[in-house]
Amino acid sequence: MAAPAARKRVGPWGEAWRRFRKHRLAVVSAVVLAVLILGVLVGPLFWTLPIDEIDFSARLAGPSWAHPLGNDDLGQDLLARIMYGGRISLAVGFAAMAVAVTVGVAVGAIAGMAGGKLDAVLMWVTDLFLSLPQLPLLLLIIYLFRDSLKEVVGPEVGVFILIVTIIGLFNWMQVARLVRAQFFSLREKEFVEAARALGASRWRLVTRHILPNALGPVIVAATIDIAAAIIAESTLSFLGLGFPPDIPTWGRLLFDAKDNLDFAPHWAIFPGLAIFLTVVSINFLGDGLRDALDPRRVI
Amino acid sequence: MTEDDLRQLIGRVQRGALSRRGFVRRLATVGLTAPMATQLLAIAGAAPAAAQNQPAYRATRRGGGGALKILYWQASTLPNIHFAVGTTNQDAARVFYEPLAGWATDGTLVPVLAAEIPSVENGGLAENGRSVTWKLKRGVKWHDGQDFSADDVVFNWEFARNPQTAATTSGSYTGVNVVKVDDFTVRVEFDKPTPFWADAFCSASGALIPKHLFGSFNGPNARDAPNNIRPVGTGPYRFASFAPGDVLRGELFQNYHGENRPFFDTIEVKGGGDAVSAARAVLQTGDFDYAWNLQVEDELLLRLEAANRGKVNIIEGSNIEHIQLNTTDPSQEVDGERSSIKTTHPAFSDPAVRQAMALLVDRNSVSQFIYGRGGPAASNFLHAPDRFRSSNMRWEFNIARANEILDAAGWARGRDGIRAKGNVRLKFLFQTSVNAPRQRTQQIVKQAAGRCGIDLELKSIVASVFFSSDVANPDTFPKFYADMQMYTTTMTQADPQRFMSQFASWECAAKANNWQGRNAPRFRSEEYDAAVRAAEAELDPVKRAALFIRMNDIVVGSNHVIPVVRRPLVSASLNTLRPVLSAWDSTMWALQDWYREA
Repeated sequence: MAAPAARKRVGPWGEAWRRFRKHRLAVVSAVVLAVLILGVLVGPLFWTLPIDEIDFSARLAGPSWAHPLGNDDLGQDLLARIMYGGRISLAVGFAAMAVAVTVGVAVGAIAGMAGGKLDAVLMWVTDLFLSLPQLPLLLLIIYLFRDSLKEVVGPEVGVFILIVTIIGLFNWMQVARLVRAQFFSLREKEFVEAARALGASRWRLVTRHILPNALGPVIVAATIDIAAAIIAESTLSFLGLGFPPDIPTWGRLLFDAKDNLDFAPHWAIFPGLAIFLTVVSINFLGDGLRDALDPRRVI
Repeated sequence: MTEDDLRQLIGRVQRGALSRRGFVRRLATVGLTAPMATQLLAIAGAAPAAAQNQPAYRATRRGGGGALKILYWQASTLPNIHFAVGTTNQDAARVFYEPLAGWATDGTLVPVLAAEIPSVENGGLAENGRSVTWKLKRGVKWHDGQDFSADDVVFNWEFARNPQTAATTSGSYTGVNVVKVDDFTVRVEFDKPTPFWADAFCSASGALIPKHLFGSFNGPNARDAPNNIRPVGTGPYRFASFAPGDVLRGELFQNYHGENRPFFDTIEVKGGGDAVSAARAVLQTGDFDYAWNLQVEDELLLRLEAANRGKVNIIEGSNIEHIQLNTTDPSQEVDGERSSIKTTHPAFSDPAVRQAMALLVDRNSVSQFIYGRGGPAASNFLHAPDRFRSSNMRWEFNIARANEILDAAGWARGRDGIRAKGNVRLKFLFQTSVNAPRQRTQQIVKQAAGRCGIDLELKSIVASVFFSSDVANPDTFPKFYADMQMYTTTMTQADPQRFMSQFASWECAAKANNWQGRNAPRFRSEEYDAAVRAAEAELDPVKRAALFIRMNDIVVGSNHVIPVVRRPLVSASLNTLRPVLSAWDSTMWALQDWYREA
């Protein structure tokens, strides 16, 4: 009698990792994203050119050994600026996503678990936020709070907090709806009823049983939020309401470069490529994570 | 430059030792407009009889030129000259309506609906400066076939000055009395001796609307006149169609009063887009014949010009891009307003700091690398040196000297490298509108300031907010809730009176006047005020010119206003188009003379 093939015992995370690896694009994306993040975090330690050194002799110069990504119209080094801007753009993206997901999951979970009147009220609030015109409200909030916040934490941090909060607070609605719908279907599932029959508290039901199973779509929504936040930040910079104009976020770099597109394409291509790679790889990563974390899906 | 210097200079022109052009250019460096300079020469009898550098009109017959397509990146909304807000609407109205006279770019007044330009010699100008008599051109027809006469001229005065019509042109028509002498002669009478008489019925805002169509709308119902959006004028093109905020079309007017004019069969003024795409539409793709007001980095224009389809027209005016240093404290709120004149700026109240800031503006680089042809370097427009020849020498970009001055004044560097004295740190908020060349300039100033221990925080505000008169918005330039700001002051009149009075103390923007005052830096000087008042009544043009130069001296010498670059009018046209442009009048001021060369 042949002994059954010894199967290595794998935990849920190990299993997820195994499933994730099968999604080739997701793995590649994870590597790309890791390189990008590492690049903007560690890069400035090695590439020490200042971001605001004006050198008119090198204006609009294309890539060279001294300036691998070329220069802008003031002769400022683009590599240094892209790395600096990447820190801000990525931080804005991830932080805004965190705000949106936290709020969205909380609202969705409460609505989904409570049902009844509380659910109705929360969904009204969600609809209300969805129907609000974002841009005018953004302008209003920035006018109201920019100066007071600036006095407390300084212009850059102040704008960062404002932008992250605002973008986050305008992007949680989709997440909330997704989570609520998931909760509605999951809380009637047999395994939840079993847990309830075993005497699990509401809190435990939510955190251990329902939420983990509802996370798949949330992760995908979250990745889209990161991309949306990076783009929203550039919109604000475009309107002159984001970071001060000399802070080179990726959106700002693109905005500055657009008029010179036909004769200094490098200026726009590199920050554009950075945004593109980030957004695409985050999306694939989300795709892979969803596959990996969805227990019902057979891979 | 004093009155004596001016008289000497005029004498040199009379003797032929200095060309008229040279004279106009010299006066421009001390802030006097070309029209003003020409007026000075007129007094001395040295004025040119007619405009000197008007290009010749070579078309030999009316029409046959096809379509003329003009692109404005701001669209017009209301083409009635008396209700026109902003340049775009004024220009749109000017396509159809004409004034008695307009300003050529060399500063001479050119008759349009007038038969001749009034002067003391031809009896048109009263010696005491209290009246001017205009003789009208005969045989001029409105687009609907009616005759143009003195009644129409008098009606425009009645219409514009009527408070119930709320005309935007009222400023030119209040304080004057207009009398019909005969069917083709009108006399404009002034309350007091008036040195600048060519305001009413002249230039962009002086265009005339027909009495027979607007006569019944001279009152609160003025805005309901159907012809407000269907202009009937005397211009070279008659109205065809108009979509507010989009496009205005006209077609050749067969009975136009100019010989062989106009050249084009139709005209289209298209609005919308932005300055860069407007430049592309002419220079790169050739979709349009002419694009207006291109506030675009010169580098870009040069590269677009390389396509060799069109060229960039640069017309010297006296618009000036300048930096203002706040005299008041923007961080302190007094009686519900910041930047109140009851406060003083903690750092800029020290002349040494202001002088250092002026030394830190690298005008040469800004001019050479950012504005190029669109911003000549020697930007001494508001600056009047003792002898104008030294004007370019005194202004310098010198970080080392700025450092010395600040050291000497006791502003010591702190641990973070930023200078401070007591608890005042040299950390300023520097605002301007969103506009690529301005953001570049901000960065250049910021870098120089940083090397001098001054930290600048840059802020850019959308132009529609920054330049709005919205009382509720804290980010407008008259509110000036910042330490420094930069923008271009435009000269709206050929006479510098209104332009120079913007720094008079009674013009200070404040809550009390809903921030409608034009003195944004809240500059106050008794001597300046006195000079403004004196210039208002001074009939001797030479004395008056000297007063304006004195005003320049005071405000620029204080360093509260730092000129950066001059901003000539930059536009683009196809190589074959021959537009006639002027810095002192509307873009359309000589539309009848535009033609295309084969």
